[in-house]
Amino acid sequence: MLRGHRKCVGTDHGEYLRDFADISIPGSNGRMNDFADALYTAASLIGHFDAELREIVSLSLGVSLVASFCAFLLGAPLGTALAVYRFRAKAALIVIANALLGLPPVVVGLVVYLLLSRSGPLGSFGILFTPTAMVIAQALLGFPIVIALVHRMMVDVWAAYGDALLVDGASRLRAIFSVMLIGREGLLTAFLAAFGRAIAEVGAILIVGGNIRGYTRTMTTAIALETSKGALSFALALGIILIILSMAVSGLSLFFGRALTGR
Amino acid sequence: MKWLMRSLLVLLAVLMNAMSLSAPALAQDKSIVVASTTSTQDSGLFGYLLPIFKEKTGIEVKVLAQGTGQALDTARRCDADVVFVHAKSAEEKFLAEGYGVKRYPVMYNDFILIGPESDPAGIRGKDILTALQTIKAKAAPFISRGDRSGTNIAELALWKEAGINIESDKGPWYKEIGQGMGAALNTASASNAYVLSDRGTWLAFQNRGDLAILVEGDKRLFNQYGVMLVAPAKCPNVKKDFGQQFIDWLVSPEGQKVIAGYKINGQQLFYPNANDPNG
Repeated sequence: MLRGHRKCVGTDHGEYLRDFADISIPGSNGRMNDFADALYTAASLIGHFDAELREIVSLSLGVSLVASFCAFLLGAPLGTALAVYRFRAKAALIVIANALLGLPPVVVGLVVYLLLSRSGPLGSFGILFTPTAMVIAQALLGFPIVIALVHRMMVDVWAAYGDALLVDGASRLRAIFSVMLIGREGLLTAFLAAFGRAIAEVGAILIVGGNIRGYTRTMTTAIALETSKGALSFALALGIILIILSMAVSGLSLFFGRALTGR
Repeated sequence: MKWLMRSLLVLLAVLMNAMSLSAPALAQDKSIVVASTTSTQDSGLFGYLLPIFKEKTGIEVKVLAQGTGQALDTARRCDADVVFVHAKSAEEKFLAEGYGVKRYPVMYNDFILIGPESDPAGIRGKDILTALQTIKAKAAPFISRGDRSGTNIAELALWKEAGINIESDKGPWYKEIGQGMGAALNTASASNAYVLSDRGTWLAFQNRGDLAILVEGDKRLFNQYGVMLVAPAKCPNVKKDFGQQFIDWLVSPEGQKVIAGYKINGQQLFYPNANDPNG
């Protein structure tokens, strides 16, 4: 496949390919070596880690982290409130949140696109095809995940501690915070689930971000682009880097989570 | 609860800050959005041309690589400043609706009919109309873009010219995948099917498998690209000065020379023809 790469020097691959366009793998022949090529290319990419790749990686991480933080900040208190309060529409809300777990990113992308388009209701902000639009789309995707997961976990915490908290004289509003504090380990899981969804999806950010080189191109949209150029093992190499990144984020989160919970 | 609100606000402020960091181009807004086709991006033309333009003018061009149909629709929603596409009939409709200011021919290349090297339908070297009639008669697998792109529009016009009503005559052999040129070539490569492609995308394509060019050089396979500024009358937010600057440069002798200079493996991909009255 690197035979193919050499052909493509000077095209839209950008700098990150040009650097090692002359590398060839000993014993590489034909299509059977796509996976070996991908591993090798991934290693070279990480070794070089040039400006364009760095930009793509940091945009991916930045957008997905900010989006999952936003989803978490709104979703965690709401999910906990659903566990703590009792009201008539509660069951319906829980059903809706769980149903939205299966929300297709491309639908979220389309809705955000129509809202942010110049001819849409929020068009005057001019944020379509910017990283901000991508954050909004991914936050919307993560929001139901956080609500559903946090609710599920906080129901148990509330069952165990709820009466005691109320007897102590706390209002339910105040109890939300106490319950979140008790169940804080579970919150981390909810955050990571939202982040995982965000960093992995391509459907929404492709529509609202536009995959503009050097501006809204992320790991996943770059993978889609390289695939469409027929650079399959190169696309797979980017995928390998994405998985490594994702593992690093969850590893770090668990590390800090442990420090936080003191275990 | 006051402290909780306060810490939330601080956290939000930090997040907003992080967002503005991740969007450095927001600050320097000397940029335009160009809705274009997958062929101009996948072939690498923009990757070659835009840095040269930016060096000269300082204008950042943000390219949306969509099909021609989608690119024109993006512009109709006022989400682009310039459209750079390849389907003259669709472009003229766009102009007639008042969305475009003026259409400038920029460059051309040609479409080619790709198929398996073994050529089971036996169409190699025939003219395009005979080739399509043969594919239809033998029900040989054919991949259609099916996405209203310039290439798709050209393909449908060719079926019609070959006397085939593809809407009613298509069978399981004719697959509309509704995706870009690269995806169509990947599909054809995986299923050894015939497919119509623009030459630029084909030259840059790396997953050819057993595919090869079987029909080329027919004058019906001409593929003209045009560029238009989105009409400020319809879309007041259009950055007309920067957009027009980009168009003027593309059709200037200098821009035309840059287009002609883009090559892959020594093969020229696009032929400038800004001065062609029929372009």
